[in-house]
This record gives sequence, structure tokens and C-alpha cells, in this order.
Amino acid sequence: MLVSKTRRALTAGAGAAALLSAATASADYKLNLTRGVTPISQGAYDMHMLILWVCVAIGVVVFGTMFISIIRHRKSKGAKPAQFHESTAVEIVWTIVPFVILVSMAIPATRALVAMEDTSNSDISIKVTGYQWKWGYDYMDEGVSFISTLATPKEQIYNQQDKGEHYLLEVDNPIVVPVKKKVRLLITSNDVIHAWWVPKLGMKKDAIPGFINEMWFRIDREGTYRGQCAELCGKDHGFMPIVVEAKNEADYRQWIADQKGAKAADAAAADRDWSMAELMERGEKKYAANCAACHQASGEGIPGTFPALKGSAIATGPVAQHLDRVMNGKAGTAMAAFAGQLSDVDLAAIVTYERNAWGNNTGDLVQPSEVKAAR
Amino acid sequence: MSTATTHDAHHEEHPSGLARWIFTTNHKDIGTLYLLFALLMFIVGGAMAMIIRAELFEPGLQFVEPQFFNSMTTMHALVMIFGAVMPAFVGLANWLIPMMIGAPDMALPRMNNWSFWILPFAFAILISTLFMDGGAPAGGWTMYPPLVLQTGNAFPFLIFAVHLMGISSIMGAINVIVTIINMRAPGMTMMKMPLFVWTWLITAYLLIATMPVLAGSVTMLLTDRFFDTSFFDAAGGGDPVMFQHIFWFFGHPEVYILILPAFGIVSQIIPTFARKPLFGYSSMVYATASIAFLSFIVWAHHMFTVGMPLTGELFFMYATMLIAVPTGVKVFNWVSTMWKGSMTFETPMLFAVGFVVMFTIGGFSGLMLAIAPVDFQYHDTYFVVAHFHYVLVTGAVFAIMGATYYWLPKWTGHMYSEKLGKLHFWLSTISVNVLFFPQHFLGLAGMPRRIPDYSPQFTEFNQLSSIGGFAFGLTQLLFVYIVIQTIRGGEKASEQVWEGAHGLEWTLPSPPPYHSFSTAPEIK
Repeated sequence: MLVSKTRRALTAGAGAAALLSAATASADYKLNLTRGVTPISQGAYDMHMLILWVCVAIGVVVFGTMFISIIRHRKSKGAKPAQFHESTAVEIVWTIVPFVILVSMAIPATRALVAMEDTSNSDISIKVTGYQWKWGYDYMDEGVSFISTLATPKEQIYNQQDKGEHYLLEVDNPIVVPVKKKVRLLITSNDVIHAWWVPKLGMKKDAIPGFINEMWFRIDREGTYRGQCAELCGKDHGFMPIVVEAKNEADYRQWIADQKGAKAADAAAADRDWSMAELMERGEKKYAANCAACHQASGEGIPGTFPALKGSAIATGPVAQHLDRVMNGKAGTAMAAFAGQLSDVDLAAIVTYERNAWGNNTGDLVQPSEVKAAR
Repeated sequence: MSTATTHDAHHEEHPSGLARWIFTTNHKDIGTLYLLFALLMFIVGGAMAMIIRAELFEPGLQFVEPQFFNSMTTMHALVMIFGAVMPAFVGLANWLIPMMIGAPDMALPRMNNWSFWILPFAFAILISTLFMDGGAPAGGWTMYPPLVLQTGNAFPFLIFAVHLMGISSIMGAINVIVTIINMRAPGMTMMKMPLFVWTWLITAYLLIATMPVLAGSVTMLLTDRFFDTSFFDAAGGGDPVMFQHIFWFFGHPEVYILILPAFGIVSQIIPTFARKPLFGYSSMVYATASIAFLSFIVWAHHMFTVGMPLTGELFFMYATMLIAVPTGVKVFNWVSTMWKGSMTFETPMLFAVGFVVMFTIGGFSGLMLAIAPVDFQYHDTYFVVAHFHYVLVTGAVFAIMGATYYWLPKWTGHMYSEKLGKLHFWLSTISVNVLFFPQHFLGLAGMPRRIPDYSPQFTEFNQLSSIGGFAFGLTQLLFVYIVIQTIRGGEKASEQVWEGAHGLEWTLPSPPPYHSFSTAPEIK
């Protein structure tokens, strides 16, 4: 990609001149808040522009007066200091006038806020759960649920590959919603506080463990809208994006049907016996998506922060204990309880993988049926 | 201890060398210690900011891992707020309040010594966490649970360090209040006090009211982690959002603790160089008090996205917007003080004018953030980062630098180099705007704060911001050089130092005697 090549040339030591030409070469940067694609985002944009212009107007008057004074009232120009230092009338005027301006801004702001907080009469409800560091989505009325994680490869993050078009703002399973429908999100978290934010939808809301927050949007146009977690949530806070695909009603129904089919196939798969090769293959993928952020792809963890699995007492000890740790987590640490997040097959695959990868060669094979029994 | 004492010099008697600084109970020595400590922490915190800006120079991870990046943002904030800006203000209070109100020293000199000497230990503990298992605290300076409870071995050290900083601040505040209430010279009525003294008096009350709240909230974190309490854990019947309420009940007055003394400084500098009395002295005092009062009822505007009831959001939006009124009064008064003055632009005045312009820009973005329906978009983005750096760097830090240039000749007896001072001002002003102004655009375009890596659409403004950051950082080495040069020598400063300076501190010789006013002056 031309843009990323320009950027690499920059790092190679080009100066400010090169920076300017690079900036003009890729004029995709924005200066202002997005108008977005929902009534809420339009409302936020309108308030933003109103208050911005009010500030600009006040700024012109105040700074204008000040700079006139700075130019005219200098000692070097022979200015003699006046001695006035008080005027109750003036003080009252510049207390009242700003107050009136504020009231005139508070009225539309209140109107916008009341509209934004009205989550009643929604068409569909989706539960959003924040995890370190991914998002879970449950379509409450459809019985569809899945986890959505970053799809950008590590090689791009560590500059071993060119960065893709949607670097850091791409996921494996986007959330799909119908256009022109009032979608209500019920937002919560499984561990620490996160915040769900897609700028083009016009609002963000914190995901708080133990509590459920609400927000809503109605998307006018079909398309893909991207955002990310907005509340510091630990190491990979910068790596848990959100992708929303807004589709027409027919495509949305089709997507729901596909999801249900995949879920049924998954459930059926849990009842048969899996071979070592199958579990290891699936385990490697699922490990990369769910575990590697902390325990690392090498299984060596991060000393002092996240324990190693390679040669660890748990990953090479009794199977039941290992399974318990993965399913129920460890209280007071970043180790989450994965029982609610992953299917029987995925859990079996991950545990099998951890017990046999990186020289942990225990030879143990954990079947999905064993996971089911342990639930 | 030195044994050579004469009766004549009895009042000037003090140990020399290291012991002078360790055992000192003198307000000037302690003021100097505070100021030098603040300068050291400004460099340490600045170095952390340089690491942040280097990592953000382009997309991808180049220099540091995300966990360490989070430690840098966390530690940068703690060091700058509690280690640089607050001690700098306490240092200025120590040096100036006794001289401004005609007192020989602070009222409680031994406590003064203790409140300073706690600080090096507090920061040694905090900074030592960088070398601990699990790394330094990385959950943000706001220490929100449950995230902060995931901190490694550093966690109890973080809590203990915060406790020490709080104890130091409370003692400093008690000292300021007792000094101002009891030790004013005859005739120095409250409404004759210089504005720096007034703003510090109000700041001290804010400190006493809020620091114990911070101490309480971090103690609850400590017991949640080690003693099985569930203050902030929903699984045990607690509420993580309650921490945010308690924290910001401290945190919002805290931001005024960081800016009110700056208002005081600017209100001293502008009349001097406009050669005209401060416009609306009493309205300045009332505006400061109003801001302090309002600061206690606006805390939840830091938390518009946590899911408050609509009525709560409306209340905090209205209350926050109200702060613009007294703040506006202050800005209008400063401009009116300049109006029809006879101005000259020595370095302190340049910093004061820079303060008024750039603090007001920060105030405008603050007003925008107060509007809850748009705050949902601005919240936790670089727009917020730009906002609070405008009020804290071009606000508080610029005021501290202006104060240094303004009073350094009084403290040392030497004039600083005007040429270098002006160079420092212009380099700082240009670079700080290149550093922070583009961050408004980044935030509006959708870049969240506290992320170590970003989508390529944000590259250009981040590069610009980083270049500004490196330039601003380098420029501050010039400041260090100017200060050292002035301490070591230079043109002799007169008593009054500045043609238009009024106030008791300018009646003392430069440098002033060890005990400021042995006999109280009469104020008519």
C-alpha cells in the first residue's frame, strides 16, 4: 500500500517536510466530529457545532479585545496607565450575559439528552458483554450468541507485515443488525469496566461487571461501522474493536438463520468423539483467539504478570483441575471463567491443546462430552 | 551542627551543608526544596510522556509493550499531578505567603519540614514499582476497580504512596490556613490580601476537604484486595461505580487545586506589567470561592457514560455549565486589567498572557465536554486529553513557569537572562500547541485515549503531536539551564525588581533575609 510505504520512509528519518507531503498525500484524516448514521449521532453533531460556534464567537470577542489592548496599550508606544479598577455594573453584565448564553445552550442539550436516553419501544435487544479483551453478543430473542475478537494478525501489529485497510478495527465475528430498526443494547461486563463505542452510532456506554446499562440506535444506512473499547481495561485495551454491519431486513434474517444452523451443528459435534488431531487443530486456533493475549502463543506467559503454561503444574497435572481452571477462572486475577464464553468443543480443544503443545506432551485427550459433564 | 555562632547573627543561625536541608524549618528553604523536587518530578514525568509520544509516533508497536505503555500513562499522570504541579504550588506558597502577608515564617515550621520530607519517600516508593514483578501500576491514575485490583506486587505500594502524598498535602494545607488566618501583619485585612494568598487559602480548604476522601477510597481498594471486603465488587454486593463517585468527589476539586493557585499567580503578574491595579479584586475573590463551591457538585461529569439516571445527567450537566460563569468573570477581569494599561512584555508577562489565552481554550473545550449529549462522543477520547492538557500544561504549568521568572530575582537576588527567558516562552508556546492542538482533531475523529496503537487514519496528527512533544520536552531543558544560571549569578536585582510591582514581598531586599519579617510591617 502506498500510504504505508510513505510512512515507512518517514520512519527512516525524513523530516518535517516529508511529513507534510505525506499528510497531503493521504488526505483521509478528519478534523471534525462525525455526523454518523443515526438520529442520535446527528443530534450529538448538531450540539457539537452549536457549542463550537458559541465558543468561537466568545473567543473572538475576548481574544480580540485582549490583542487590541496588547497592541495599543504598550509602554513602548507611550501608553499611560489608567487607574480604574472596579465597576459593579460591568461585573453584573458579564455575569448575566454568559448565564443567558448557557441557558440557551442547555435547552437544546436537554432535549437531545432526553431523546438519547429513551430506550423504550425497541425492536430488538442485544446483550453486549465486555471481556478482557473481546466482546460477546447475545441476541436475546433469537438465541444467537457469539464472541467477537480482533482479526488483525500479530505480524501487522509488530510491523512484520504491511498494515491492512482496517488495521485494528476488524473482527472475526461482526455484530449484524437490521437498518431502520430500533436496536437496544444491554451492556455489561464479565471482568473489568469496558465501554462500547462506535462513533458513527453517536454514543458510548460503559460495560460494568454486575450491572446492566442500556443504549439504543437506529441506523439509517446499510454499511459497516467500526469502533473500539473506550475505557481502559488492561493490557489489550487498544485491541478490542467493534464492527457493526447494518443490513436490510432480508439479509439480516438470513444471517440469523445461518447463525442458528452453525449453532446446531456445533451442539451435534459435542456429542461425538473427537480425534487428537482434530482437537489439536481446533485448539491451536481457539487458544490463539482466547488465551494467547496473556499466556502468549509460545505458552510462556509474561513473567510476573501472566503465568506460563509451558511445563506448568496445572497444564501438566490432573485433567480435572486444569479443566476447572479454564472453565471457572481464578478469582482476583485476570484469569476469566471461560465456561460461559466457549462451547464444549472449544473448551475441550483448548485444554487438549494446552496439555500437548510446547513440549507439555501429556498425551491427554479431553472429549467435549467430558466438558459437558463438568458443567 | 555548626558550633560557630555569634549573638548578632543568632537569627540567621542554621546548619550548613546537607543538614541544613534535612533539618530545616525555614519557609524559604522548604519552599526551595519543594520547587526543586517539583522540577525533578517534572523531568521524570516528562520522560514518561516522551516514551508515550515515541510509541504513538506511528501505528504498530515499536518501542514498548502495551502493559508498559499503560504503566507509562498511569505513572506520568501520578508523577505530574502529585509530584510536579502540586509540590510546585506548595513551594510557591511556602516562599511567598509569609512574605506577602508580612510574617516571619510559616505558622507550623516543623510540620512544614515533615510534609516536604514525606514526598521523596512517597515517590521513591511509587517509582520503585517500575522494577517490581508485574510492573508499575497500569490501571490509569484514576485507579478504577476492578482493573486496578489486577495490579501485580505494585498494588499495595501504589496505595501506600497515595496515602503518603495525601498526608503531605493535608499538612501543607493546614500550614497554609493557619499561617494566613493567624500571621497577617497588622492592617492586612482579608480583603487586602494579594490574590495569590486568597486563591491558596481556598485551595487549602479544598485539599483538607477532599484528600481524606481519596485516602478513604484507596483504603477501600486495599481492603477489597487483601481483606475480603466487597466495596467495589458486585459479586459481594458492592458497586464498582461507587468508587468512581468517591474518586471524582475528590478528583474534581483536585483539578481546581491544580488551577486556583495559577489564577492567583496570573492575578499578581498581569497588574505588575500592565502597571495598573487588578480589575475587580473583590469579584475575583468571590469568583474563586464560587468555583471552589461548584467544584464539589459537578464530579459526575467525569462519568456521563456509566449509566446514570437522566435526572442525574441533567443535574451534573447544568452544574458543570455554571462553572463557566465565575471562570468567565476571571478571564474578563484579567483582560480589563490589561485594558488601557501601560504594558511591557517581560518573560513573566508573556507566560501570563499565554496562560490567559490557552487556559481559555481549555475552558472552551471544557464547556463543550459539559454538554452531556455530545460528551458521549468526546468521553475517553483524545479530545479529553487535549482539554486537560490545555488547562494543566498551558494553564497550571505555564503559570508556575511565569511565577518562577517573576519571583526568581527576588529569591536569588539575580536577574535571569531576559533573552533566554523569552526564547523559552516562544519555543514552549509554539511546541505545546503543535503537541496538544492536533489531539482535539484526533479525539473528534474517534481515537480513544490510553491506547498504545491505533488505526492508520490517525497517523498524521499523532506524528505532528509527537514532534511537538519532543520539541516541548527539549525546550524544558532550556528552562532548567536558565534557573541554574540565575541561581549561580547574574545581574543584581533591586528590591522592587519590576517597575510596576506592588506588595510586601517587593519591600524586602533581594534575596530576602532568612526570616522574612522579624518585625511586622504596618499596612495602611
